[in-house]
Amino acid sequence: MIKQQNMMIVSHQSIAEDVYELTLQGSLVRHMSSPGQFVHVKVTAGSDPLLRRPISICSIDPLLEQFTMLYRVSGGGTKVLSNLVKGSEINVMGPLGSGFPVDELREGEKALLIGGGIGVPPLFELSKRLKTKGVKVTHVLGFQQQSAVFYKHEFEQLGETYIATADGSEGTKGFVTDVIKDHSFEPDAYFTCGPTPMLKAVENMLDHTPGFISMEQRMGCGIGACLACVCHVQGDDTGLLYKKVCSDGPVFRSGEVVL
Amino acid sequence: MSRLAIELPGLSLKNPIMPASGCFGFGKEYSQFYDLSELGAIMIKATTRETRFGNATPRVAETASGMLNAIGLQNPGLSHVMEHELKWLEQYDVPIIANVAGSTVEDYVEVAERISGAPNVHALELNISCPNVKDGGIAFGTDPAVAKELTERVKSVSKVPVYVKLSPNVSDISKMALAVEDGGADGLTMINTLVGMRLDSRTGKPVIANKTGGLSGPAIKPVALRMVFEVSQKTSLPIIAMGGVQNEYDVIDFISAGASAVAVGTANFVDPLVCPTIIQNLQALLKEWQIDHIHELKGRSWMSVGETANYRT
Ligand SMILES: Cc1cc2nc3c(=O)[nH]c(=O)nc-3n(C[C@H](O)[C@H](O)[C@H](O)COP(=O)(O)OP(=O)(O)OC[C@H]3O[C@@H](n4cnc5c(N)ncnc54)[C@H](O)[C@@H]3O)c2cc1C
Ligand SMILES: Cc1cc2nc3c(=O)[nH]c(=O)nc-3n(C[C@H](O)[C@H](O)[C@H](O)COP(=O)(O)O)c2cc1C
Ligand code: FES
Repeated sequence: MIKQQNMMIVSHQSIAEDVYELTLQGSLVRHMSSPGQFVHVKVTAGSDPLLRRPISICSIDPLLEQFTMLYRVSGGGTKVLSNLVKGSEINVMGPLGSGFPVDELREGEKALLIGGGIGVPPLFELSKRLKTKGVKVTHVLGFQQQSAVFYKHEFEQLGETYIATADGSEGTKGFVTDVIKDHSFEPDAYFTCGPTPMLKAVENMLDHTPGFISMEQRMGCGIGACLACVCHVQGDDTGLLYKKVCSDGPVFRSGEVVL
Repeated sequence: MSRLAIELPGLSLKNPIMPASGCFGFGKEYSQFYDLSELGAIMIKATTRETRFGNATPRVAETASGMLNAIGLQNPGLSHVMEHELKWLEQYDVPIIANVAGSTVEDYVEVAERISGAPNVHALELNISCPNVKDGGIAFGTDPAVAKELTERVKSVSKVPVYVKLSPNVSDISKMALAVEDGGADGLTMINTLVGMRLDSRTGKPVIANKTGGLSGPAIKPVALRMVFEVSQKTSLPIIAMGGVQNEYDVIDFISAGASAVAVGTANFVDPLVCPTIIQNLQALLKEWQIDHIHELKGRSWMSVGETANYRT
């Protein structure tokens, strides 16, 4: 069930260059069920910026009724967000969309989690849940450079973790696909989130493996009413079929929508 | 007696607040947040004869106190809207205003004729002002003679009153209002979005795939207010006003400018509960101001030259 609520900031800190970790508390957390879902955040009460900002849920703590999101300051809205301090409140709408299907894999099976940049956060809660189920998780995480890397140790605690940086300042030089090419992971399913070119490359490379892809799109309402966030459906010759990233996604089965 | 209940051609409204077309889909999403029967009416998403996909993405961009959109009239088409969306809405005690769009006169006429037969459609809103489609739409909204003829044609087939939605993208909006009044319109809705643009400063490229989009939100309220002020004094048609409404004070402003009712668009994206909140706050505000009925405020801005509000600094 979608809720809207003022949530309290219980911690807020910088964890990498321009990347922040923000933990919020409120009863809305009770409704968060699936990793890969997102929230729509109003960073100020006023009209600058006007619209909400979609941010993925990175981890959920139902007992404390807290959840964490990680975001990168990329424009005006996230800049305002980064200035908010512990103890203040922000308005959150969520949880939104459909997340990654944890039930896709059984105990003992292998999952490959592939994240790029600010697409990495939703994979964290997913990894925790898969590990709890006894699924063997491997992470391949891509970043621009070493200063942009975050949550490396957190992921390492859950499973094998490979880092790629575009400039080679940490881990493999290149992209996540370079890491995947150099290893024979042979996963039973993959789960990925990141920039669209990366998603395309991953979908092509792992085309014989069942996969789940989290998409990004500009949004208005965030709940399926405005049709801002649509994408085409693969194999639809009429061009009339569509999926809404905000409410049908953001996670889609590989081969389902046009990336 | 209710301070908010109003009567308009075809419409008996519990209150003068309704979501604007395209900002509320067909209501389903918002029904997760509140009982849609609380609304005065619902203006549903533009409906065309055939299914339309609309424009490429990105379709929206944020601007200072506003947003640009170029959805491009995406909708499931007339038959689907009638069989599914309008049917579903029948469970609510709320009149529907069907937003009708098309590329040719024949398109409009067919959609108007059929959709006006749905039991819960109490009025049509003729969308002659969508800035985001290449063929039709806006052409009907900028040429008074064409707009008048289209209104006549639609009026001749519609089973319910016809409101015409005016575009602000004209040099003289009153001319358009008078033309459609001449064509037999029962009311006006205004304003649709203002054509605008946003560029990525680094690359110089448009942010929206359609290059241009329609500007909405608080940024356009002064323009909308001025147009309602102007048009309401020139025609005798009732006006449902929209453009940047976010709270009860914005509603009062549009009523003061001469509108009879008010629609809320973009603000639904910011706060899904905005419509019921406005209705509640409006009721309380009128009570506090000891106003027995909202229409006591209607047109109070039409004062003589020289009279202005006395601002304290
Ligand atoms: C489902 C989903 C999950 C996301 N999860 C995260 C996350 O966990 N962490 C994170 O840092 N970022 C995430 N993003 C991207 C994030 O929404 C944008 O970085 C943010 O909206 C930028 O806002 P801004 O005001 O700082 O930038 P501006 O460029 O000033 O924003 C202008 C407008 O464009 C939109 N916009 C800009 N960039 C994006 C983008 N990449 N995707 C969608 N809309 C955008 C904004 O929402 C706003 O409406 C996610 C996006 C989606 C769609
Ligand atoms: C995303 C979006 C979609 C819209 N779609 C339609 C539409 O289908 N038909 C129409 O007549 N107006 C449409 N509009 C215009 C609104 O109904 C309204 O006239 C305009 O947005 C001004 O009101 P606002 O500032 O409260 O949003 C749309 C506006 C937005 C933001
Ligand atoms: S953002 Fe409005 S439909 Fe997806």
